[in-house]
Amino acid sequence: MKLITAVIKPHKWEDVREALETFGVTGMTVSEVSGYGRQKGHTEVYRGAEYDIALVPKIRIEIVVDDGDADDVVGIVVKTAQTGRIGDGKVWVSPIDTVVRVRTGDRDEAAI
Amino acid sequence: MYDGYYTWMLVSASLVLLMTTPALALFYGGMSRSKSVLNMMMMSFASLGVVGIVYALWGWSMSYSSLSWAAADAENPGKEVAKLFASPFDQFGLSDTLPGNYVYVAFQLTFAVITAALISGAIADRVKFSSWLVFLPLWVTLSYFPLAHQVWGGGFLSNVPDGLSSLVFGDTDGLATIAPMDYAGGTVVHINAGVAGLVLALLIGVRRGFGKEPMRPHNLTLTMIGAGLLWFGWFGFNVGSLVFTSTDEADMLTQFTTETGLVWLNTTLATCAAMLGWLIIEKIRDGKGTSLGAASGVVAGLVAITPACGALTPVGSMALGVVAGGLCALAVGLKYRFGYDDSLDVVGVHLVGGIVGTIGVGFLSSTTGLFYGEGAKQLVVQALVALYAIVWSGIATLIVGLAIKYTIGWRIPEEEEVDGIDFAEHGESAYDFSSTSGTRSSSVLAKQPVSEGASA
Repeated sequence: MKLITAVIKPHKWEDVREALETFGVTGMTVSEVSGYGRQKGHTEVYRGAEYDIALVPKIRIEIVVDDGDADDVVGIVVKTAQTGRIGDGKVWVSPIDTVVRVRTGDRDEAAI
Repeated sequence: MYDGYYTWMLVSASLVLLMTTPALALFYGGMSRSKSVLNMMMMSFASLGVVGIVYALWGWSMSYSSLSWAAADAENPGKEVAKLFASPFDQFGLSDTLPGNYVYVAFQLTFAVITAALISGAIADRVKFSSWLVFLPLWVTLSYFPLAHQVWGGGFLSNVPDGLSSLVFGDTDGLATIAPMDYAGGTVVHINAGVAGLVLALLIGVRRGFGKEPMRPHNLTLTMIGAGLLWFGWFGFNVGSLVFTSTDEADMLTQFTTETGLVWLNTTLATCAAMLGWLIIEKIRDGKGTSLGAASGVVAGLVAITPACGALTPVGSMALGVVAGGLCALAVGLKYRFGYDDSLDVVGVHLVGGIVGTIGVGFLSSTTGLFYGEGAKQLVVQALVALYAIVWSGIATLIVGLAIKYTIGWRIPEEEEVDGIDFAEHGESAYDFSSTSGTRSSSVLAKQPVSEGASA
């Protein structure tokens, strides 16, 4: 099993969710996060005073999938979240030892 | 005629009250940081609580009671004092106040409240609430009430003989030849609050991290709502400030039905122009017109037209507004150059706007202004009055500010300021966006758990 974590632009979140649902991903955890990469932050001006805002808002999606689905899911996220401009985000995959469904106690593949 | 006028005065008093709570509280609250918005709003509410009571106790008496300290004859040494102060005792607690004047007490009370509240924007995020509560009654007593008396109560800055204007340009028929003009409080309210803000900002010092950390507004929607409500309340402030020039009922009706409309229009047109003026400066300088700029331009325009709204034509008001909006947009940057932390720009908006309006009357008054070919005398009088108000407010604020600094002190401890003044001074947080932030502990009031729906 793999944990796929994607950090994407907020306005791409709906597209990514629809594409993942179509593929058959049944659940995910989504958080509003802030951070920066090569994009850096941006400048805001209030009454003439410039502020460098380091952190820009992003959406973080976390999905647990079977090993065999991992590459496809990563491909879907990259394809739908891509605008080609700096700041599109990142996707990474990490291995998972155990998953338990809280309601039933099902373990691992049965719990996904 | 009187019933309509009386009704309008009650409405006006209520509109000006709206300017402090909630309009100014929202305007300032939105501009402060999320960890200090409650304290910012509380400073406005506290001004209403404290100054409202003080006004009824001795404020009205000190502003408008008979000039008993003068007794109006040359041999009476009190006469000189009465040019500056009216007696706080004559109508203490509104004793001996004519019942017909209650509506004016109400109207003027709201002016004192908002003037003191305006100052709070200069000292945001860092001042002990208790020190603010002590400052309020002392400052209105030394700065606001005397200036109100001098400008509107027949004192040194009004058109009385031996007043400032008479000393320069003489008297005609027992009144100053050139009457100083301050329709609704360019000097008493805005220059006064602006200077007080500057003095306190210098005295109290900058916020931790000023000029280094971002201190951007946490909720500009609140600020926009506040600016809009200020505009609305300002109709009471300016239009309610009409003073009848005759006691003949027909003349009064004519004045009431023409002057109120003009003042309403001038107030609005100057404000429209000031908003645009501020946005134009921003577009040129920063590349974008901002919502904070629009809200600030609105207030700058309202401030500038305040002393001038009865003296200008509608087009003259537009000219005054656009100049005020542009100048204030430039002036708010001064604090970074000179290193004083006028947190929410009381100086840049109220002092600069108040000066633009007060002196602008000298150029743009349709009856006495320089641009209307009437010479520079009005301009000279307006400039002297503005300068006088700056000096008076500066000295009065310095006295009160220093007294507090060296007794109870102004600042909250550094770590409390960094954590946020809302929790340090009020034990509250403005916003709770998390359902997991804590559990209810036993209440100080009820030792038993409070059941759902139980009525208090």
